[in-house]
Amino acid sequence: MSLYYVQKFLYHLNRDPAVQVAYREDPGAALASYELTDEEVEALTVPDIGLLYVLGVNGQILMHFAAFHQVAWADYLQQMRDGVAAYGPVREGVYAMTGFEGVEGAASP
Amino acid sequence: MTLVYAGCASHAPGITGRADQADPETRDAFYAAYDGMRADIEASGAEALIVLAAEHFANFFMDNMPSFAIGMADFYDGPIEDPAWLGIDRFRAPGNRDLSQRLISEVMQTVDVSYAEEWKIDHGIAVPLHFLTPRFDLPVIPANINCQGPPLTPLHRAWAFGEALRQAVDSVPEKIALVGTGGISHWPATPDSGKINEAWDRDFLDRWQRNDRDALLDYDDLSVYSEAGQGGFEIRTFIATSAAALGAPGTVHFYAPIPIFAVGCTIASYDLEGFPAPDST
Repeated sequence: MSLYYVQKFLYHLNRDPAVQVAYREDPGAALASYELTDEEVEALTVPDIGLLYVLGVNGQILMHFAAFHQVAWADYLQQMRDGVAAYGPVREGVYAMTGFEGVEGAASP
Repeated sequence: MTLVYAGCASHAPGITGRADQADPETRDAFYAAYDGMRADIEASGAEALIVLAAEHFANFFMDNMPSFAIGMADFYDGPIEDPAWLGIDRFRAPGNRDLSQRLISEVMQTVDVSYAEEWKIDHGIAVPLHFLTPRFDLPVIPANINCQGPPLTPLHRAWAFGEALRQAVDSVPEKIALVGTGGISHWPATPDSGKINEAWDRDFLDRWQRNDRDALLDYDDLSVYSEAGQGGFEIRTFIATSAAALGAPGTVHFYAPIPIFAVGCTIASYDLEGFPAPDST
């Protein structure tokens, strides 16, 4: 697990149009210089928003990535919930600090 | 004394990006309060606006994360987000490099602040600017406190930064407005987005209005996270603004939870008139 590098790639992607072009043209090549596991590469390539959330990606980075992929807000929230249901609690990062409140914690979208 | 305005405002991206999904009555009352803040800043004669933000990995990352940073450029581009998603078109906001440099040099006398000659604006600053300087005709100076990537800036250091900012602002001849931006309790960009702890927010705002240093610093990150979500870490911008007000009393002009905006939307300001008292300095 290399959450730092997953987030670093997303940080670069979110703020740099050149990285966005490279990622659209060839995700594998764009990701090649980052220290990532196969699971992380797949999550970033699909993209699997739910898995990225479970891996611990900060929402302030992840929501921009979802917007980049034209994922609507309600769908973005649901994909994270689905990710927790499929892969389990958040494994690392800020949201793992005191546990995950779960889908029931969301009062509304 | 050249700090002519000090206040706080919410900056959540949904405020502009999901405007059509909010209750119109509450949304419009919030927008009207933001308009009131703009009118107050314009009436203050401010020649520059410091936006004290809790930026979200637009400029600073965990490879080199400053506790504090101030922009030092003649312009700032934004937003980094997809313009359609945020509801704000791409813009170039004017800066004032010379003024920034003088302020930074003074802040450095007491707080080890980083400076940035390039700064990409994200929603944390873009949303306030959308309401406060919609024509981009007021020089902006972005400032930041690390509220996102733990270990976070300690609250008492956020207070010290606010004091240093005030000392710096008062050392230059220009009239300057300061707006701290952030959320109080919220769980932004997570599955719990939309959850808001209104009681926690109102208690915090009571402390903020009283400008009660001890009460404002009486939080720890674990309890904030538990009761106010990771978005609650952004109280640092409110706290620094309190410190900059040097004991002045505050007024909350608007507060209402707006779940689709993912935050208790807030507009508040300090009445700087007569503060600090002449015999307190």
